[in-house]
Amino acid sequence: MNFFTDFGRYLLLMKGMFSRPENGRMYWKEFMHQCSEIGFGSLGIVVIISFFMGAVSALQTAYQLTNPIIPKSTIAQIVRDTVILEFAPTLVCIVLAGVVGSKIASELGNMRVSEQIDALEIMGINSKTYLVLPKVMACLLMIPLLVILSAALGIVGGRVAATSSGIIAPNVYDKGLLENFIPYNVFFALVKGYTFSFLISSIPAFYGYHVEGGSLEIGRASTKAVVISCIAILFADYVLAAILLQ
Amino acid sequence: MIEVKNLRKSFNGNVILNDVTATMQAGKCNLIIGTSGSGKTVLMKCVVGLFQPDSGDILYSGENFMAMAEPEKKEIRKQIGMLFQGSALFDSLTVEKNVMFPLNMFTKDNHATKLKRVNEVLERVNLVGSNKKYPAELSGGMKKRVGIARAIVLNPKYLFCDEPNSGLDPQTALVIDKLIQEITREYEITTIVNTHDMNSVMETGDHIIYMHKGLKEWEGTREEIIFSKNERLNEFIFASEFLKDAKDMRMLEMSGKIGNDRDMDELMNGDGPAIS
Repeated sequence: MNFFTDFGRYLLLMKGMFSRPENGRMYWKEFMHQCSEIGFGSLGIVVIISFFMGAVSALQTAYQLTNPIIPKSTIAQIVRDTVILEFAPTLVCIVLAGVVGSKIASELGNMRVSEQIDALEIMGINSKTYLVLPKVMACLLMIPLLVILSAALGIVGGRVAATSSGIIAPNVYDKGLLENFIPYNVFFALVKGYTFSFLISSIPAFYGYHVEGGSLEIGRASTKAVVISCIAILFADYVLAAILLQ
Repeated sequence: MIEVKNLRKSFNGNVILNDVTATMQAGKCNLIIGTSGSGKTVLMKCVVGLFQPDSGDILYSGENFMAMAEPEKKEIRKQIGMLFQGSALFDSLTVEKNVMFPLNMFTKDNHATKLKRVNEVLERVNLVGSNKKYPAELSGGMKKRVGIARAIVLNPKYLFCDEPNSGLDPQTALVIDKLIQEITREYEITTIVNTHDMNSVMETGDHIIYMHKGLKEWEGTREEIIFSKNERLNEFIFASEFLKDAKDMRMLEMSGKIGNDRDMDELMNGDGPAIS
């Protein structure tokens, strides 16, 4: 019952986001601010995770491919496809659910508790549109870009690890990358990126916007937002794979 | 003028406001007083539209706020300034940007004009030179003054103050009270103040509404409060022996039975006031 109540309130928040801005320029400034906070703010962690994710993926694939009949270039293919199909969109988005999601939930929660959201409403500003919409839009713009960057860095990380440890020659790795490449995989990764971006921004915004109480509740809302976002990402990941990879 | 008619509000079956009818007089400092949990904050939040009442009417200058569509409500809200209990300043913005925020949102003036207006209101609340400070760098009293500056920057018709003195020392509280009173007169605003501070009641209250357990228990002027026979009100207002003595003194003074100088002499000598 509680789930349906929360889901209904979540849908109402999403519906409430879409109203005519009081001043487009102010909303644009807020959108750009959020793009900078979410995009550039998460850049460091995405770069580190993606590079090592590709590197470990290359080493572990090489460890398992002991059959001499299988060409070494297969390692590059496996790294490429794993990174594009799963690691870059899903793993990075799960990390971003923690980084971005907790930030959104705690920021909105703090604004709710300290009556800043009420202050906006009193001024005649739709707080849902002004506070939630720019965050959701910024996530929809920046996170897919981070996913693309992550995929590229993962592949580079795999190359660095595989060649520096002498598992595979650089030219063989590069050759492997181009073999059996399916462009649809990139499309699939982007579909996942957009879906997860929406979940990462809207679920924490819901929990943050509806905080009641004090700092303890802000912490709880932030944790709950991250947990629910991660579960929603994994569920959506399965559904998208089932629908789009048939 | 704001009229509240038969207002009811409950949370999870717990009735907080029970059939409240009251009038907030135009151009005056209207006080809503009562103990904690009496429903005064809920009443204020219903009046400004932050809470949706279960039933009843709220009339702004005769127009029913409850019957208005959302765009009309927005227009009314643009005429409202509100000072929150915790000031509700935007943490990430400087004092200047906090005060300029409503101007940025609702006016098309250029930056110089907006800055001029911001400096005017900051000067009015005695905060010259604090433009570049962040809320975290301000004292409680300064935050309240920034809150007042932000609330009046668009020249509102109505000013709502939710416990403006909470967390302030008595001296600063008096400064805030005086400021609210002066602003009410200067800008001819209808001010509604939620408070349980007795200094505020006696200093600034032109019209007072006393709430008790969700009911409007009493309504009148600050002069009338002295002579009120309402027991609950008297228990609330004159809770301490000192205030009870002060009330007796004031009653005698107002009825013309004693003069001020003599009262003071007798009080200083510890003899208590005497009827002449």
